[in-house]
Amino acid sequence: MLYSEKVMDHFRNPRNVGEIADADGVGEVGNAKCGDIMKMYLKIEDGVIVDVRFETFGCGSAIATSSMATELIKGKKVEEALTLTNQAVVEALDGLPAHKIHCSVLAEEAVRAAIKDYYDKNGIAYEPEQFCNGDCSCCHEHDHTEHDA
Amino acid sequence: MIYADNAATTKTCPAAQRAMLDAMERSWANPSSLHSPGQQAKEALQTARETVARAIGAQPREVYFTSGGSEADNQAIISAAKLGARKGKKHLVTTAIEHHAVLHTMDQLSKEGFEVTLLPVDASGIVKAEDVAAAIREDTALVSVMFANNEIGTIQPVAEIGALCREKGVVFHTDAVQAAGHLPIDVDAQNIDMLSLSGHKFHGPRGVGALYVRRGAPLLTLIHGGAQERGLRAGTEDLPAILGMAAALDDSCTHMAENAAYVSKLRDALIDKLSAIPHAALNGDRERRLPGNVSFCFEGIEGESLLLLLDDKGVAASSGSACTSGSLDPSHVLLAIGRPHEVAHGSLRLTLDHENTMEEVDAIAAATIEVVDYLREMSPVWKALQRGERDYVIQ
Repeated sequence: MLYSEKVMDHFRNPRNVGEIADADGVGEVGNAKCGDIMKMYLKIEDGVIVDVRFETFGCGSAIATSSMATELIKGKKVEEALTLTNQAVVEALDGLPAHKIHCSVLAEEAVRAAIKDYYDKNGIAYEPEQFCNGDCSCCHEHDHTEHDA
Repeated sequence: MIYADNAATTKTCPAAQRAMLDAMERSWANPSSLHSPGQQAKEALQTARETVARAIGAQPREVYFTSGGSEADNQAIISAAKLGARKGKKHLVTTAIEHHAVLHTMDQLSKEGFEVTLLPVDASGIVKAEDVAAAIREDTALVSVMFANNEIGTIQPVAEIGALCREKGVVFHTDAVQAAGHLPIDVDAQNIDMLSLSGHKFHGPRGVGALYVRRGAPLLTLIHGGAQERGLRAGTEDLPAILGMAAALDDSCTHMAENAAYVSKLRDALIDKLSAIPHAALNGDRERRLPGNVSFCFEGIEGESLLLLLDDKGVAASSGSACTSGSLDPSHVLLAIGRPHEVAHGSLRLTLDHENTMEEVDAIAAATIEVVDYLREMSPVWKALQRGERDYVIQ
């Protein structure tokens, strides 16, 4: 099998799919050209993530990592969610194939992008270097030109 | 399970299975041995060569057995290139939609100093004969254009290209791996100098193929050793595989017309049903395509998740998305016909054969419609398209 049972479970039965109309923070990362985009919606009350939803365009592991990331941050304090790493997502899914690790990076970045949006909307101060500047591996459009002929 | 991935491989037919068991039972000796069992094996090998030759309108001595289509492509291209280079001809012409067995061999030759012209195809995936004519130069050693494409099923104007190569004195090779046993092939009428075929694409075994080389056309040895295949391909012949392939090819050619008529009907019904999905587009030409090939792009979704969910619903298919190709980029064929990356990622290939039924076509269409709908519902790209924040590529 390409994927672990955990990955297939989260792919087949993704948790927390959908959008939150009145979300307190929304983050979207990835690039359609590269084949995956994740959008994360957060509902935050008293600094706690009370609800989280996601929408993903991507492969099986992109959907599974999004789903797992939402489970890992739901009910957590925002500061705690910020410490979520892609490795934690990979471990929770019992591993990913090497060429799919970038999906877990994307999931981590999607959570962080949504939190940054929440901070921005609420005037909460933060260190800019804590967040993706749009130039990380997941959002950065890699060079396709030599194959575009 | 509904198997709809016959372009990847086919199930061995009863005729091939019988021939293989028979070979293991009776023709197991080494055809190079002088004793009676060896000579019996040699005769069986010769009969298989005659069968394969007859299927493509060739002479038996022009057929060389190989380990498959990739080896046949390698040997044909490397031979024509290196023998051309001895006469100062170091230019090769091929198309942007060839199989990697051709493209990567060409890449390797370009690293070794050959110049490769990669011809474009039109939006329906067909190379223009006049583009081939315009690309041929004084120093062109080889033109290699596939007979039919493995991803989008388009059938190339091989006879026309062969004729102009003949006129200009350039060796013409065609990778007929997807065509052999499915489309009529006549190397004389179609002006083909070299042709590759592969056993497992027409219900024969894998690990075996053949290279046709017109008498007088250039051929070099890639696998050195014994004197098998007239000294041009060493290694004790795999009799069960070769006999199984010959039986399968004979069977496929015998039933070609009826199978093509039946499978085309299934294909057209499936194309019609999938065309009803909004913002979906057929890849390749509607008319000039392999009888069993159905290839679509669906906007707003990604192919690997589509495949995995179809598998859950009992449909075995394939895709040209990056995640299924194992690289960062989606299929070079889909990009060559002008599909943007984001659309090429959402591709689905369904390849039918004579064992599929109209009921299965209905089930495949229903499953696909359901899965595309489900994935679009969770896709931020689809939502953005629907809200008008992105422009549809496929109208």
